[in-house]
Amino acid sequence: MLHCWDGARFPPGGTISIPAKEFNLGFIRPVNSVSHGLRVFTCPLVNVRDALNQAMDEELERDERVFLLGEEVAQYDGAYKVSRGLWKKYGDKRIIDTPITEMGFAGIAVGAAFAGLRPICEFMTWNFSMQAIDQVINSAAKTYYMSAGAQPVPIVFRGPNGSSAGVAAQHSQCFAAWYGHCPGLKVVSPWNSEDARGLLKAAIRDDNPVVFLENELMYGVPFDLSEDVLQKDFVVPIGKAKVERRGTHITLVSHSRCVGFCLDAASVLAKEGVECEVVNLRTIRPLDVDTIEASVMKTGHLVTVEGGWPQYGVGAEICARVMEGPAFNYLDAPAVRVTGVDIPMPYAKILEDHSVPQIKDIIFSVKKVLNM
Amino acid sequence: TLLPSPLLIMVASSRSYADFTPEKVDLHRLEEGPPLTATLTREEGLKYYRTMQTIRRMELKADQLYKQKIIRGFCHLYDGQEACAVGIEGGITLSDHLITAYRAHGYTLTRGGTVREIMAELTGRRGGIAKGKGGSMHMYTKNFYGGNGIVGAQVPLGAGVALACKYLGNDQLCVSLYGDGAANQGQIFETYNMSSLWKLPIIFICENNQYGMGTSVERSSASTEYYKRGDYIPGLRVDGMDVLCVREATKFAADHCRSGKGPILMELQTYRYHGHSMSDPGVSYRTREEIQEVRSKSDPISMLKDRMLSNNMASIEELKEIDIAVRKEIEDAAQFATTDPEPPLDDLCSHIFANDQPFEVRGATPWTKLTSTS
Repeated sequence: MLHCWDGARFPPGGTISIPAKEFNLGFIRPVNSVSHGLRVFTCPLVNVRDALNQAMDEELERDERVFLLGEEVAQYDGAYKVSRGLWKKYGDKRIIDTPITEMGFAGIAVGAAFAGLRPICEFMTWNFSMQAIDQVINSAAKTYYMSAGAQPVPIVFRGPNGSSAGVAAQHSQCFAAWYGHCPGLKVVSPWNSEDARGLLKAAIRDDNPVVFLENELMYGVPFDLSEDVLQKDFVVPIGKAKVERRGTHITLVSHSRCVGFCLDAASVLAKEGVECEVVNLRTIRPLDVDTIEASVMKTGHLVTVEGGWPQYGVGAEICARVMEGPAFNYLDAPAVRVTGVDIPMPYAKILEDHSVPQIKDIIFSVKKVLNM
Repeated sequence: TLLPSPLLIMVASSRSYADFTPEKVDLHRLEEGPPLTATLTREEGLKYYRTMQTIRRMELKADQLYKQKIIRGFCHLYDGQEACAVGIEGGITLSDHLITAYRAHGYTLTRGGTVREIMAELTGRRGGIAKGKGGSMHMYTKNFYGGNGIVGAQVPLGAGVALACKYLGNDQLCVSLYGDGAANQGQIFETYNMSSLWKLPIIFICENNQYGMGTSVERSSASTEYYKRGDYIPGLRVDGMDVLCVREATKFAADHCRSGKGPILMELQTYRYHGHSMSDPGVSYRTREEIQEVRSKSDPISMLKDRMLSNNMASIEELKEIDIAVRKEIEDAAQFATTDPEPPLDDLCSHIFANDQPFEVRGATPWTKLTSTS
């Protein structure tokens, strides 16, 4: 038996995955993994950007019909470097730089999907998708239905969504609610690297239009990825939320960057004896109501957390669904939303900081709902 | 015995083909245009005649059914413009691709749809070409991408199809149609740019029927020379009422594309007899005299008929028999379209996603749980 510093024990013949950041803390006695019959695998630290990059690389290699188009995706290596190295590897045919004409190139991407290719259409940010939103909704989302199943549209639209840092009002909007509103679309919003990798692969392999909402501030954040996740066929199913942290007192439901804030808030609250269950939606549409309901029925309390504006938003939808379903009877207090402030995003740092949900807002709301 | 056949000669025809000189072709950035003579065989002539007559009769029947409130919503009729759809198809093949806007019934037919399934779609029945889910503006066949309701959106879509043709290396091209009303759309200019940059095998075709809804070309466009609006894209303008002109121009354009030269733009000058749609009488912004003048002098079906008769390529009786056969086909189709049942309610939520597991769809109330299948 191998004894690890944190008390874990490993019988011979197994595989252990050690998070990269803990590797150096090692074992109590010098490890001779070969004689102990253990395979020691270090989880590499992969940031969200690289997870997206690797996912696209693998899918481009796997299926020749997959290609990427958008502004600066090729020779610039991607405005946010998400497509770094892909043009060098795959060339002009499969990684296409477009002029600054969203409506035109989004339409071209959809048409290519009509004719049997599998485009990944990048919007430099989702704010610019408003120029092309007709193509996303009327040409992509609705066509399979209008054609009674004759014309599928296997396309992924992706790009950074929501607030960034200091980019002001026109570059900071969250589109989860807008696209989440429309039948015919799948809308996903990854938080960490595992989400990013698995959901992007799932999106590219899906035969339907997928709106893929990334987050610029998450691109550089590293996470451990286990061996399973690094497999070429690893996908995260679209439409399934993940419980990131188990708890008993209250349910926090969130997506994208705010999931991290919920986990941080949960850590703080745990010191006061409040155990939060944190649900990472992963997919905005279709919403995994079952996971949310099961959690609420366990904890009896609900707070949703999102970066977008409150009116007609993701949190509003979650609350409405909980009201209409079996979980309502288990609520001990009204469900509540933590959202971005209902204003265009200001520039000055102090103002911007107060325009987005902060950890203290989550803690405050939890305590209010729990009547603490 | 009613169908034209090369083996069945009703009249001793002195000629089985004829050479015609197209009236006029305007060129933009082209040294040469389509050939100045065109050959029409008897077989082709009879085929074009029958197809144009079928479109004409089908549209007129749709007019009737709409007035009886059996067809509802939007209905944009194509009568007057038949030579465009038929001529274009004569210049390409069914393995090429085509996309157009909402005045699409004629193209649905030339691209392989049947009158039955087109009419049943207009009446919203389960036998419709889109099972009643699409309606007048959303009909699809193989290599035909509709039927598109949003003005101008079909043009970048067509360029995307052309991009796929080039990507897959299949020597196919895409014909992307739009009207004079759409010709000022920004996304069309974005498409001109990308198609030219990437040398996509796309034929842009502007069907200029002189009016975008109720706005004449002079009132909508600072430049009405639509064949030049592609700027760096070579263009040509031909008489869209003459099926041979349209065919020859399309062949010329197709050769241009297939030789890898990139996009080309064609303007077809044509005319619609009906208003913009069935809710538009079509006389508040143009005169009845104008409509009558076009009918008497430039009707595409009459023009073809006169040509064939005066060149002894067919007899009056033969053409009459085609008319009778077409009428019967339309009547049968209308009968089907009015008696076929509406789609089943089970179909309400189907066809949201392709190749997916069935899933629950919320109905109008939280207690109404419906199912969607692919």
